[in-house]
Amino acid sequence: MQKFDRLDGSAAPLPIANIDTDQIIPKQFLKTVDREGLGKGLFYDFRFDFDGQEKPDFVLNQPAYKGVKMLIAGDNFGCGSSREHAPWALMDFGVRCVISSSFADIFNNNCFQNGLLPVVLKPDEVHALMAEAKGGNHVFSVDLESQTVTAPSGQTFHFQIDPARKEKMLKGLDAIGETLEHAGEIDRFEQKRRMTRTWA
Amino acid sequence: MGRRPYMPAIMGKTLYDKIWDAHVVATEPNGETILYIDLHLIHEVTSPQAFAGLRANHRPLRRPDLTLAVADHNIPTEGQALGVDAVADEEARIQLQTLARNVKDNAIEFFPMGDVRNGIVHVVGPEQGRTQPGMTIVCGDSHTSTHGAFGALAHGIGTSEVEHVFATQTLRQEKAKNMRVNFVGTPVPGVGAKDFALAMIGEIGTGGGTGHVIEYAGPAIAALTMEGRMTLCNLSIEGGAKAGIIAPDATTFAYIQGKPGAPKGGAWDLAVADWKGFFSDPDARFDREITIDVSKLDPTVTWGTSPEDAMPVTGRVPDPDSFATEDKRASAHRALEYMGLTAGQPITDAAVQRVFIGSCTNSRIEDLRQAAEVVKAATAKGLKVAAGVRAMVVPGSGLVKEEAEAEGLDKLFLDAGFEWREPGCSMCLGMNPDKLGNGERCASTSNRNFEGRQGRGGRTHLMSPAMAAAAAFAGHIADVREFL
Repeated sequence: MQKFDRLDGSAAPLPIANIDTDQIIPKQFLKTVDREGLGKGLFYDFRFDFDGQEKPDFVLNQPAYKGVKMLIAGDNFGCGSSREHAPWALMDFGVRCVISSSFADIFNNNCFQNGLLPVVLKPDEVHALMAEAKGGNHVFSVDLESQTVTAPSGQTFHFQIDPARKEKMLKGLDAIGETLEHAGEIDRFEQKRRMTRTWA
Repeated sequence: MGRRPYMPAIMGKTLYDKIWDAHVVATEPNGETILYIDLHLIHEVTSPQAFAGLRANHRPLRRPDLTLAVADHNIPTEGQALGVDAVADEEARIQLQTLARNVKDNAIEFFPMGDVRNGIVHVVGPEQGRTQPGMTIVCGDSHTSTHGAFGALAHGIGTSEVEHVFATQTLRQEKAKNMRVNFVGTPVPGVGAKDFALAMIGEIGTGGGTGHVIEYAGPAIAALTMEGRMTLCNLSIEGGAKAGIIAPDATTFAYIQGKPGAPKGGAWDLAVADWKGFFSDPDARFDREITIDVSKLDPTVTWGTSPEDAMPVTGRVPDPDSFATEDKRASAHRALEYMGLTAGQPITDAAVQRVFIGSCTNSRIEDLRQAAEVVKAATAKGLKVAAGVRAMVVPGSGLVKEEAEAEGLDKLFLDAGFEWREPGCSMCLGMNPDKLGNGERCASTSNRNFEGRQGRGGRTHLMSPAMAAAAAFAGHIADVREFL
């Protein structure tokens, strides 16, 4: 997993509630056996018309938001399908942080598996950041150690994060490697379970 | 009752608490729990990168015997006997071939496309008796919540977690909160589990269950068939819940008994005795609790692009400006434009071009029988599928298809003008050739009415199998009670 400690860059506002993972990465891009290269499908139906031409109105197609590193989105971002292709596509596009007032559970988990930081702020704080993100050409900063988001104007918001998840993000730890340290306990659990569930 | 202090030694446990406690392998100093997984279901779309990760790190797959594979998401629903090499879509074919290679390399049991036991992963697990009470079950698919109908803790995971389960047979988890939804009352004919679920999501919202495991309880749940319970638990994720769960009872045990994976002989009695312990204690505390009176429900449909956009079929499309918050108003305006609907119009005015009966939500034998009842009634009146409507029935598995054919349901559907297809996820998510065209409106028994879900520009209205069948004959969204 990629480490995350601090991120400075531009942020794009997506003021839509319930953006689902089908919108983040439509089904036709799931027929891959790789994790890489999914950025081309990110928000495909928002970015491209039926002829494959860019829709100039969509925020990520505007020159001021080229190279965007963060999204500021409406409530319940990432609902729907469990597809990890959603965080893979965001990261492949260059996005390392999404700010919203809430995230769907599976998407949230998937972000933490990949070093993409989901930041939860209060709805009025999210709206304040969206207002500052209008027009692009600005720098937002997210600092995980101090758990803060700083807008171009200097206003700073503090966010909550589970300490275990924070530590893993800061260090870029391999969850499977960590769990395999417990192989002995898993063995013992399986032995005990065989004894108590003789019928299985 | 006032707020009680936290008294873990005295307080009763919820069903979720009991399953959780029985699966704790270790707790890390940071509070994270390593939870054991009893059954890992896999399919072609969310597993290839996980197998590749195992290979890259030279890690073995710990328990192939607790892993079961199917091919469901992108398989065509015709010509399955020709085999995977004949699948026209090259990317889909490569994914299916990759799964076949991975399961062989790792000695995992696999029901390939064309095998009568193959089908949608959440139909196959229960049908094979692999889904059992008290288990932890995961799959790289959000509708894994389906298996909660059996009193199992079941939820969707991402591909990194699929790899984690492959390597360790565990997951790192934080405990969710407990929520209970009590369903009381007796539904009128034409109202069932799908309507219960849509009405509930309409009430709590698509993010209303976030961070919670929802237990469904009450007399209306006790009266549901296992198929109905699976429909309800399946849709838990559409309310944002981590999982949905129902305490096992005599209905549950009767469904499991005799299935290939069920305990046999003396082991059966021991298993049932064990399973009977999985219920919420009377003094268990829930973080949130609501009650829904199903006797007040009409058949329910969605009008917008989120499952929370639910309404009675007798109603009119809501006015976007009537919603409470700016975000909701904006979303509703956007949804009406996408759906091609006007505020205030009766929802039954919406003409459909497509009907889809299938998906992990509604493709089991009971679902097909409910649709068939409507077909029988309509056929008796001399009706056929309306002109200009293409209606598909896609059984959830080869075994469901066989059972339906033994009952003559295939002939009933075909004679009325429906297509009778081979099993798979099909047009629920449009990864295979079954999809909606731009602007096509569909009466669908699936689970998501998201923009573009069933095909770019497609317009999905979620409803029960009986309601979808009624729409096929009417040519527009219709109240099934007019057909019964």
